[in-house]
Amino acid sequence: MSVPAFTGSNVMDVDAAKIRGAGSNVHFDKVSVAYGAHVVLHPLTLDIAPGEILAMIGPSGSGKTTALRAVAGFVRPASGRIRIGATDVTDLPPYERGLGMVVQNYALFPHMRVEDNVAFGLRAQGADKSLIGERVKDSLATVGMSGFAKRYPRELSGGQQQRVAIARALAVRPRVLLLDEPLSALDAQIRRNMVEEIAKLHRDLPGLTILYVTHDQTEALTLADKIAIMRDGRVSSHGPTIELYRRPPNRFTAEFLGRANLLPVTVAEGADGPKGLAKARLGDAVLAGAGRSEKPGDKTLLCIRPQHLSLTGDAEHTNRIVGTLKEVHWQGELTHLVLDVDGTPVRVSATRLPMSLPERGSAMPLFFTPGDTSLVPEDVRG
Amino acid sequence: MLVWSRPGRMLIWLVFSLLFGVLFLAPLAVILLSSLADQWNGVLPSGFTVEHYTDVAQGAAWKAVKASLVTGFLASALALVSGTWAALALRIQDATLARLLGVLFFIPSAVPSVSVGLGLLVAFSHPPLLLNGTIAIVMVAHFVLISAFTFGNVSAGLARLSPDFEQVASSLGARPAYRLWHVTLPLLTPYLVAAFGLSFALSMGELGATVMVYPPGWVTLPVSIFSLTDRGDVFAGAALTMVLVAVTLILLLGLERVTGRQTRS
Repeated sequence: MSVPAFTGSNVMDVDAAKIRGAGSNVHFDKVSVAYGAHVVLHPLTLDIAPGEILAMIGPSGSGKTTALRAVAGFVRPASGRIRIGATDVTDLPPYERGLGMVVQNYALFPHMRVEDNVAFGLRAQGADKSLIGERVKDSLATVGMSGFAKRYPRELSGGQQQRVAIARALAVRPRVLLLDEPLSALDAQIRRNMVEEIAKLHRDLPGLTILYVTHDQTEALTLADKIAIMRDGRVSSHGPTIELYRRPPNRFTAEFLGRANLLPVTVAEGADGPKGLAKARLGDAVLAGAGRSEKPGDKTLLCIRPQHLSLTGDAEHTNRIVGTLKEVHWQGELTHLVLDVDGTPVRVSATRLPMSLPERGSAMPLFFTPGDTSLVPEDVRG
Repeated sequence: MLVWSRPGRMLIWLVFSLLFGVLFLAPLAVILLSSLADQWNGVLPSGFTVEHYTDVAQGAAWKAVKASLVTGFLASALALVSGTWAALALRIQDATLARLLGVLFFIPSAVPSVSVGLGLLVAFSHPPLLLNGTIAIVMVAHFVLISAFTFGNVSAGLARLSPDFEQVASSLGARPAYRLWHVTLPLLTPYLVAAFGLSFALSMGELGATVMVYPPGWVTLPVSIFSLTDRGDVFAGAALTMVLVAVTLILLLGLERVTGRQTRS
């Protein structure tokens, strides 16, 4: 569904109900960004569907923030086009793109009260006074900050400031909400709460399209419908969050998104049957895991998440490997074990341990279900 | 370097007090005593009087105060506007060009003020722009000498301003003029006030260029002080100096209060 091109005044005649169901899609069409000869974003083609949360994650310098800033209009692409809804925004200045943006350090205007911060965008666009009052009230209520309207930013905690920053962005009813590492400045506990609050916000405003840039995989896994993993200015992988986690298409994705044990194996049988399971050899053991288009004899990696490894076998956990116990770290809710399996360190996250663990240095069997594992190409550099 | 021992700390305080007393307090104290001295032939004045103050008050003192205040205010305001404009404009230029133009802005502060005065006198004593003998040439001289400082202060403020504020404002739909007026300038206010205060203080004390270009009827405080002491009337010169110090201090303290309020908010 397309949204009319943003103008300085259309904010006044679009009501909240319409916006709730009318997010805009974002389309990167071979967008590249370079500073002189240094290319920081290689041609990127990517779609964010209306109402979708796309998380861009990757290490520092991977190009994720550059991509967001290109959408915002603060970086001019060296090539390619960016469309928001039906509008080609590549040549539009930032103030005509109809976006809302939240940044890491909140950037609340310190000389304005909370209500004036939230009203800023609407006033800048020349909105009607009654509309401004209504939107400020709504937006602050949405983020649970109604009681703080008269405060100055300095009188708020970090988490409260970030909520006001989100309210300020929502007040203009943005076509797309850009979140640039919005929780990085918060401490761990508040960050966890804010992740849940952003998830709730999106449930309340399902039409809102969000581009969420972060280096935190937990935020991405919790919030995003889809994830794009960036590396060296390129998209290393892109897809639905659960799919990307369960079936990482390359080693970088497997290791960046959650913890992964990657065992070097040789394909014995290609993927077959309704479950698409392939068989692979690790030493003498033959293990089953979700395959792609591997052929017998291919060298590849078997990806197993630490929490999918069990210390006891049953009818489901049909894959079995044996390792040498090296380390045991008790961490309250979880116990982390490190084993050596054919020279590869394998991590196990166990919620429950058997009555007695073998001594360090002893052999120990590990079990896992074929459906929880997948084959990941070794030779593809993400 | 932290000094932990008590005797060491006392020694540091002693050295500091001595230096501060000799370099800063003693000259001011001497001027204050001179301004109140009836006669001064020994180590200290032999008597005190306020006669010098009443003399300068009845003479040209108030006209000089007015000339200095008007010159300082107008030249500082002009320097503030142009310095801010230049700092804002150079920020979006290519780094090399910005550095080059920035250096150009600082050149007048590296030239002796007398030379600036002489240059202006020569430049503006002939048509088409005949400013010699007008108040305008005094303003121009002060503007040229202080604009580098306003530019420097505002540039420093801009460098410390996170680009996030302006970018977020833009993304919310604020056009450049709206953003400048409602975001950039309010955030820069402490630097603008500091720049104005510094310019004003410099202008109030400016002598070198002013003495070259001032017209009859527009004698600033420093020029008056110079004339009085040159004529040998040191006590009256001292009294006028104290007036200059008082006026400048009152204005700067007022500005400091404004800056303090802005910084707190």
